[in-house]
Amino acid sequence: MVNRINIGTINDIPKLGARVVQSKQGEIAVFRTADDSVFAISDSCPHKNGPLSQGIVSGHTVTCPLHNWRINLETGEAIAPDEGCTGRFTVYVEADGQLFLEI
Amino acid sequence: MKEKLICIGNGMAGIRTIEELLKLNPEQYDITVFGAEPYGNYNRILLSPVLAGEKKFDDIILNEEQWYQENNITLYTGHTIERIDRAKRTVYSDKGISLKYDRLLLATGSSPFIIPVPGHTLPGVIGFRDIKDVEIMLDAAKTSKHAVVIGGGLLGLEAANGLLKQGMEVTVVHLLDSLMEQQLDKAAAALLKNSLEQTGLNFLMEAETAEILGDTKVSGVRFKNGEEIPADLVVMAVGIRPNIELAKKCGLYSERGIVVNDTLQTYDPRIYAVGECVQHRNKLYGLVAPLFEQAKVCANHLANLGYARYEGSITSTKLKVTGIDVFSAGNFHGGKDSEELIFQDPSQGIYKKIVVENNQIKGTVLYGDTLDGAWYFQLMRDGVDISAQRERLLFGQAHLGNSGHSDDTNAVAAMSDNTEICGCNGVCKGDIVNAIIEKKLFTLDDVRSQTKASSSCGSCTALVEQLLAFTLGSDYSATPKTKPLCACTEYPHADVKRVIKEQHLTSTREVMDFMNWTTPDGCHVCRPALNYYLLCAWPAEYKDESQSRFINERIHANIQKDGTYSVVPRVWGGITNPQELRKMAEVAEKFNVPTVKFTGGQRIDFLGVKKQDLPGIWEELNKVGLVSGHAYGKALRTVKTCVGTDWCRFGTQDSTGMGIKLEKLTWGSWTPHKFKMAVSGCPRNCAEATIKDFGVVAVDSGWELYIGGNGGIKVRVTDLLCKVESEDEVLEYCSAFIQMYREEAHYLERTAPWIERVGLAEIKNKIVENADNRKALYQRFLESQKYAQQDPWEERATKGVAQHEFKVLKDISTQQQELV
Ligand code: SRM
Ligand SMILES: Cc1cc2nc3c(=O)[nH]c(=O)nc-3n(C[C@H](O)[C@H](O)[C@H](O)COP(=O)(O)OP(=O)(O)OC[C@H]3O[C@@H](n4cnc5c(N)ncnc54)[C@H](O)[C@@H]3O)c2cc1C
Ligand code: SF4
Ligand code: FES
Repeated sequence: MVNRINIGTINDIPKLGARVVQSKQGEIAVFRTADDSVFAISDSCPHKNGPLSQGIVSGHTVTCPLHNWRINLETGEAIAPDEGCTGRFTVYVEADGQLFLEI
Repeated sequence: MKEKLICIGNGMAGIRTIEELLKLNPEQYDITVFGAEPYGNYNRILLSPVLAGEKKFDDIILNEEQWYQENNITLYTGHTIERIDRAKRTVYSDKGISLKYDRLLLATGSSPFIIPVPGHTLPGVIGFRDIKDVEIMLDAAKTSKHAVVIGGGLLGLEAANGLLKQGMEVTVVHLLDSLMEQQLDKAAAALLKNSLEQTGLNFLMEAETAEILGDTKVSGVRFKNGEEIPADLVVMAVGIRPNIELAKKCGLYSERGIVVNDTLQTYDPRIYAVGECVQHRNKLYGLVAPLFEQAKVCANHLANLGYARYEGSITSTKLKVTGIDVFSAGNFHGGKDSEELIFQDPSQGIYKKIVVENNQIKGTVLYGDTLDGAWYFQLMRDGVDISAQRERLLFGQAHLGNSGHSDDTNAVAAMSDNTEICGCNGVCKGDIVNAIIEKKLFTLDDVRSQTKASSSCGSCTALVEQLLAFTLGSDYSATPKTKPLCACTEYPHADVKRVIKEQHLTSTREVMDFMNWTTPDGCHVCRPALNYYLLCAWPAEYKDESQSRFINERIHANIQKDGTYSVVPRVWGGITNPQELRKMAEVAEKFNVPTVKFTGGQRIDFLGVKKQDLPGIWEELNKVGLVSGHAYGKALRTVKTCVGTDWCRFGTQDSTGMGIKLEKLTWGSWTPHKFKMAVSGCPRNCAEATIKDFGVVAVDSGWELYIGGNGGIKVRVTDLLCKVESEDEVLEYCSAFIQMYREEAHYLERTAPWIERVGLAEIKNKIVENADNRKALYQRFLESQKYAQQDPWEERATKGVAQHEFKVLKDISTQQQELV
């Protein structure tokens, strides 16, 4: 069954930044990009589990802080030439800015 | 309605400008191009290989007609513009078209100079400039035998070589006693002549043409001394004349060429000019590299961006005759203050000359072995101080002998496929070569993004570049001149810094918008660099953008491999006391710190701290005055000291006290890369001051100041900056040096490579010899320190800064429980 859980508001996350949600599936990194899109992926880099939430966000990608792999936030996939994928979750931003995670 | 741009000249410089403009702003203009030649735009350079039968006409087309259509450019081929009416802003073609412009681009190139001797208008007398000339030459080769090429320069020799390959008997006539005198010294020219003679070319040196013989067509050439030789074809390659008549007729100020300023604007602000027809800072250029640089700058202004500047070019030339390697660059004749380094091996046909002035390369001529041409040229353009490598310079990059930092293509060719090239990312030669071939890679950036080689510490960059050169052969010359800051922009560090200052840009957004970044918000390479440049340029004004900082600098602790952090408090000059130590011990216990380690920088590291615990640890440490050690930052790191006169029987000065003063003055400052210092109490140098960015060694009579050391990836011993007497002077010189480094180095360039790039002389000049400049640097450093010396830990531990960094957004695990 899929749950929709309120995790806060968009303003809790800085633009070009990320915050972490703790869940039974482990830590989930919730990103806010410059265009105010919000993405959620597992906070673990497909390379060596680097905490992606700590990376530099640009466009719809994040650069892992440990060895600079770049991960596509829309798909959770590493950008070529790197190969790998991390779990992706659906988040919604409601009109009032509330964030909901589907899990 | 769109503005109208007309380009006169459908050649290499004009069309390149249009291409650059379309990249910047494809929608801005209605563009029309007039070209006197009846073809689309082609690569004039490659006419030589076409003549030699190595390439076909089709291979050298740059833009087909379709390209003009796709970009909504109206093209009139075979139309010569005869008149420009500047008052009416209208151009008139010989075929009756007249058209108005808002801005006009002149790119009329040049024409071969035909010596006006009797007979010069006979059929069969031509220049070597365009497709038509090559067609005439190819036809002549089919039907006749004797060719005479007048002019033993670059173009003449390429023409002669081509005609020879087409089966003609070719005589090269040269006025002087030495070939290619513009590019070669006599020794190299003699070797060249010798090789060319062996291929079958004939030479008539010191021969002045008096008359071209023939009635209805060419039959021979007569010289001043009366000698005559037969000829069915005469190619004049004695020089070029810029096409400036059109410009002159409409009153546009011209001298030898159409005079333009650094923005490629003529004296009429609506009219720009690029290419061989242009005279810039008194120089005319006849090679494409500088013309392409002009094109880029011109496009920048046509697009109303208005910040690029063209400041002239240093050029290099290569002769395109297969099997003969000649390279020349800069001022290879030298002057009264220069010295010549020469290597000669006549039996191998090798000759190398490097002209050196003030420890910098000013010019070079290479014959037979031109492998290192590009390297010397780079050293020359960058003004690198070569004193350290001088003895080995002539032997090439391969012989510098510093592990992994340089090598040459021969050496890379000899490596086996499983030789590791990039130690950081474990990439082998075979991986790189395969990627270059299969994925058609051309640039270092391509290789970096596809294979990761050279993308980390960068010490293998030279090797990767050589692999590119070796794998791509001659195609590799396509590398752009200046390395852009990153893949998001075309501009190098220096341009970005200059524009930030000149345009008073105060945020990364403004820089990216103003300089047309190609990505929406940069990347992990450019954002931290821009953040630093802005902060350094506007210390009082700039608001640090924490999202542009690498995680370590964003939360003031070093990230570890498992996502925990390390905490390194500042231990001023390496001196601590029982109270601080007691607190450190308490903290370690209270927060269950798994590892407590003495660092290589005379302080203590708490490793494995959880992110949420950081503010708590810092608050505790703050209580006894321990502040951030910036062990995580591109910033001032440690000041290592030894015990000095306080205890040591050899100490000559209070090195510990000096170190503490230095650290108190400089802590908190952000620098292009990390900055480390040390103070030793005597030349035994127990604090290892001579491998630090700034090192101080005390002697009886004062302090010796050393700069540019590095103990890391590539060890470099410092250079002596100067000796001073007082502690105050140490502080002033040190601040001035840091400030100069802060302002002038590229982001992520440590002092060691920076000094090698700009040369010690430059730094001494600005800091030691010029006292006013030193004091100004010192003042700017103090000014910027006013805003830098806040303990970032305290701000986060107790002053509420950036709290979101340390708290999870939400813990939903219990909620998940309930909902299931
Ligand atoms: C902790 C320490 C090792 C130790 O346990 O002793 C250390 C640890 C690291 N060093 Fe270092 N270096 C440490 C002293 C040194 C020294 C010795 C010194 O400073 O006297 C050097 C050689 C001296 C020099 O820099 O010239 C040194 C040369 C490097 C380099 C190579 C720099 C270079 O320009 O070649 C790197 C890589 C880099 O900066 O890109 C590096 C990078 C690192 C990083 C930051 C690697 C990383 O990116 O995570 C390590 C961080 C560990 C952490 O979280 O604390 N570390 N590192 C030392 C901290 C000193 C301090 O108190 O701040
Ligand atoms: C055989 C050969 C080999 C070369 N090899 C090299 C080399 O190896 N390396 C190198 O860097 N450079 C080389 N060059 C030089 C290089 O080709 C030129 O520097 C470059 O082409 C100049 O570009 P441009 O746009 O200024 O002039 P061009 O390319 O000559 O373009 C000018 C165009 O304007 C047209 N035009 C002139 N007046 C009018 C008018 N009134 N109305 C309409 N159209 C007009 C001309 O017909 C011409 O097509 C070589 C040149 C030649 C001929
Ligand atoms: S030498 Fe420095 S960078 Fe390398 S493992 Fe040790 S601490 Fe890390
Ligand atoms: S763990 Fe992310 S790049 Fe290595």
